[in-house]
Amino acid sequence: MAMHPKRRKRLFVVLAVVVFSSIGIGLVVNGLSGNINLFYPPADVVAGKAPVDRQIRVGGMVVDGSVERSDSSLEVRFAVTDYAGTVPVVYSGILPDLFDEGQGVVAAGQLNEQGVFVAHEVLAKHDENYMPPEVAEALESAGKKL
Amino acid sequence: MRRLFLFVPLVLFSSLAWFLFRGLSLDPKELPSALIGKAMPTFTATTLSGKAMVDESLFEGEPRLLNVWGTWCPTCVAEHPYLMRLAEQGVKIVGLNYKDDDSKALAWLARLGDPYELVIKDPEGMIGLDLGVYGAPETYVIDAKGIVRYRHVGEVNERTWNGPLGEAYRALVP
Amino acid sequence: MIAEYGLLALIMGLVSAVALTFIPLWGAWRGNIAAMHSARPLALSLFVFCALSFALLCVSFLNDDFSLVVVASNSNSMLPSFYKFSAVWGNHEGSMLLWILVLAGWTLAVAVFSADLPVKLMARVLAVMGLVGIGFISFSIFTSNPFARHLPNAPLDGQDLNPLLQDPGLIIHPPLLYMGYVGFSVAFAFAIAALMGGRLDAAWARWSRPWTNVAWGFLTLGIMLGSWWAYYELGWGGWWFWDPVENASFMPWLAGTALVHSLAVTEKRGVFKSWTVLLAIATFSLSLLGTFLVRSGVLTSVHAFASDPDRGMFILAFLLVVVGGSLVLFALRAPAVDSDIRYGWLSRETLLLFNNVVFLVATVTVLFGTLFPLLMDALGQGKYSVGPPYFNAVFVPLMAVLVPVMGIGPFTRWKSDDPKRWHKILIQGVIVCALAAGILPWLGGEFNIWVALSLLLAFWIVAGLVADLRLKAEGRSTIWHVVKRQTPSYWGMVVAHLGFAMCVISVVVVTQWNVERDLRMAPGDTAELAGYRFEFHGSSGVQGPNYLADEGVVTVYRRDTRVAELRPQKRQYKASGQVMTEAAIDAGLWRDLYVAMGESIGTDGAWAIRLHYKPMVRWMWIGATLIGFGAFVTVFDRRYRKVKVSAPQGVLARA
Repeated sequence: MAMHPKRRKRLFVVLAVVVFSSIGIGLVVNGLSGNINLFYPPADVVAGKAPVDRQIRVGGMVVDGSVERSDSSLEVRFAVTDYAGTVPVVYSGILPDLFDEGQGVVAAGQLNEQGVFVAHEVLAKHDENYMPPEVAEALESAGKKL
Repeated sequence: MRRLFLFVPLVLFSSLAWFLFRGLSLDPKELPSALIGKAMPTFTATTLSGKAMVDESLFEGEPRLLNVWGTWCPTCVAEHPYLMRLAEQGVKIVGLNYKDDDSKALAWLARLGDPYELVIKDPEGMIGLDLGVYGAPETYVIDAKGIVRYRHVGEVNERTWNGPLGEAYRALVP
Repeated sequence: MIAEYGLLALIMGLVSAVALTFIPLWGAWRGNIAAMHSARPLALSLFVFCALSFALLCVSFLNDDFSLVVVASNSNSMLPSFYKFSAVWGNHEGSMLLWILVLAGWTLAVAVFSADLPVKLMARVLAVMGLVGIGFISFSIFTSNPFARHLPNAPLDGQDLNPLLQDPGLIIHPPLLYMGYVGFSVAFAFAIAALMGGRLDAAWARWSRPWTNVAWGFLTLGIMLGSWWAYYELGWGGWWFWDPVENASFMPWLAGTALVHSLAVTEKRGVFKSWTVLLAIATFSLSLLGTFLVRSGVLTSVHAFASDPDRGMFILAFLLVVVGGSLVLFALRAPAVDSDIRYGWLSRETLLLFNNVVFLVATVTVLFGTLFPLLMDALGQGKYSVGPPYFNAVFVPLMAVLVPVMGIGPFTRWKSDDPKRWHKILIQGVIVCALAAGILPWLGGEFNIWVALSLLLAFWIVAGLVADLRLKAEGRSTIWHVVKRQTPSYWGMVVAHLGFAMCVISVVVVTQWNVERDLRMAPGDTAELAGYRFEFHGSSGVQGPNYLADEGVVTVYRRDTRVAELRPQKRQYKASGQVMTEAAIDAGLWRDLYVAMGESIGTDGAWAIRLHYKPMVRWMWIGATLIGFGAFVTVFDRRYRKVKVSAPQGVLARA
């Protein structure tokens, strides 16, 4: 090609920028689809606003006295409330240390047809600086402070 | 012309900064109440001292604050001294003892002082439900006709009292 | 009174920072030599006052002065004294003070090691560091004063340090991280000073390179320690969570990695100047942004109870001044013309440009994922969270395209190269890599395509380094001869790249072959996991200095030989009542066995037990340590000690 080397270099740079930004955007879109979870407060779940059998997150306070542990397996049942609605949650596995009645949690999982939230992950506040914002909000709505 | 490209990072940063600013000013506590501009929902309840039956008419005559609290709520402890100060300044505060135990609530008032004109008992949270209470503490500004003017979620303190909450109240007081 | 002296020292630090910013800048502007030379003593004064202030806070912690708010909320009289010491930075206010101390330390280091710098440049660099100092010291004094007192009623005892932070790893993790974060301020200061002076040349790159490498090395080590800490302390065996706090430190690292490489090009070849300056600004800006995200509460905890929006506003304003200001300066002063220096399609310049683009895209995607929830919230679209799957889906392919180029980078020549020069050696390398990648995964029991690919990529990096030595040795008698002639900056690169290869292998192997089970175990129960037999013997109560614990005993057998006895604990800290899992780990180069206790179940002494088999997880931290170590090694290069002022002409002449 009879292109000036400098101009050719510039074309190369522009092409590289275009290609890489498209790759970047492609990765981001691909990464985002299906990997972001919308948060629903218990009130919305009770009101039927949350989708069934889709990955969502639900958070609020663990209702006092609601935690029931199985004696023979790792299954735990508890209820999460924002004081405007209460959702029953079932989880099988080890709960985080900071999980407790009257404390804020966020559970990730799916809502089943019976209105029970089947969690595959339960998060509680995990360090000095960081806590899932929804927990904070749940705590806040309830006027509680960790 | 080429120099214009050098402004691209600045433009990108400015838009990012704008979002961060928006993020900071987002107030998750902003929970608009459906009751604003409407009358207090009707209710009848006993006061905490157990002596009298009260209903929504108690809010007529003078602007008041309705403060939702409970002994189970740590932030209520935090805001209590400030409520005491407001009461000393002549602000009329009605308490709504929300989902609480009478004896605990009375002990708390005996210990920390009682800023309330009177305290309405709501052990089941039924009045709270009608009001749309999310939790405690919440504070409502109610005018002399018993109309809800403002709702504040969270602690009442110097800062919030100098903010919209206090303004809403002061607007009602001549 | 100690605390009051501490605050006074901090205020004196602020005064020094103000003086350090304005006097030398004025001097550089008016050509006043004395004013420019005042930068060094002022830097010393800044450091002395900040160090004094920090020392006095440490004393208050060690003396259990619970009248101080930070001490009362983050320490306790029962706390062992080394944790009292680390509690100083286990909280927002104290860690801000540590940040300031580190900044003052870097400023002093620049002052001490700037003998070869032109005086004007030295004055400007130190002034920019002083400006950053003003921002952070005022932030500390006005929004997060560590010396605030509980008056009039001081509590009798403190609320204790968060048990998660009562850990040796956490004593050194924040200082290292801050050394990295804040260290980038030096590269930033050099960039700004160069923009002010309008002299953006190879000498500038040479001066800022060692500083950048060291800062980047510290950041690498800091992130590595954070990951290691999370692994053994959080009790569920994860080593990277992609949470906003981690991303806050990872983004400057990614941008810093691009910067480290682009500085090499600018120093050696005098190209990419504007780009390198922009990266230096971006890297430090991301450090500041990280601070903003972590401390303002916009992402971490949107609640206004614990975080003060004033703090966020302060940092945002500071961010606007520093980043906005430097980008304006960049837009006005950066060279807009193409340099005349040419390089070919296949040249080290092009390959390093590729590196830069990949790391930049990685930075932007991580930034986007981190800010996405905020973005949606700001647009009123609801509360989203972006989890690890997003970051993995974005990050892994980027690293996969990076590595092939990383392999050939080290031996490709500057300006332009001809593949004919090395294709033979390269094909040999490819064959060895492919064979190794095809065979080695069988050692793990079964063939796994992802492990094979990661091995291929990792060996490819190694093969590139070997090929380089072989190419250098061509025509010489022994390879030893070549090895001896290489400079520290070359060996630093080799070590860091090897470390990266180890990380690649480790991340993939541990992700693919990790075995993890949560189960209920009563005393006497056994469980099989990855060829190991775990036997639970029940638990008993033990007492620690400031906690009570249930300690389980698990013995591990492989076939019939006893491999390890593990004693995981479930602790309850006395002061705060917080419960914490202390995992027990049998560490090894090839595998970790990890046991953690959940909670007790039923009445027969059974516990929920989490068992992990984590193959080669240590390689990640060893690899990251090598990366950091490699970065430090480069600094010992002789050319950084003898800076010739004639360097820019030299470079241009060579070009």
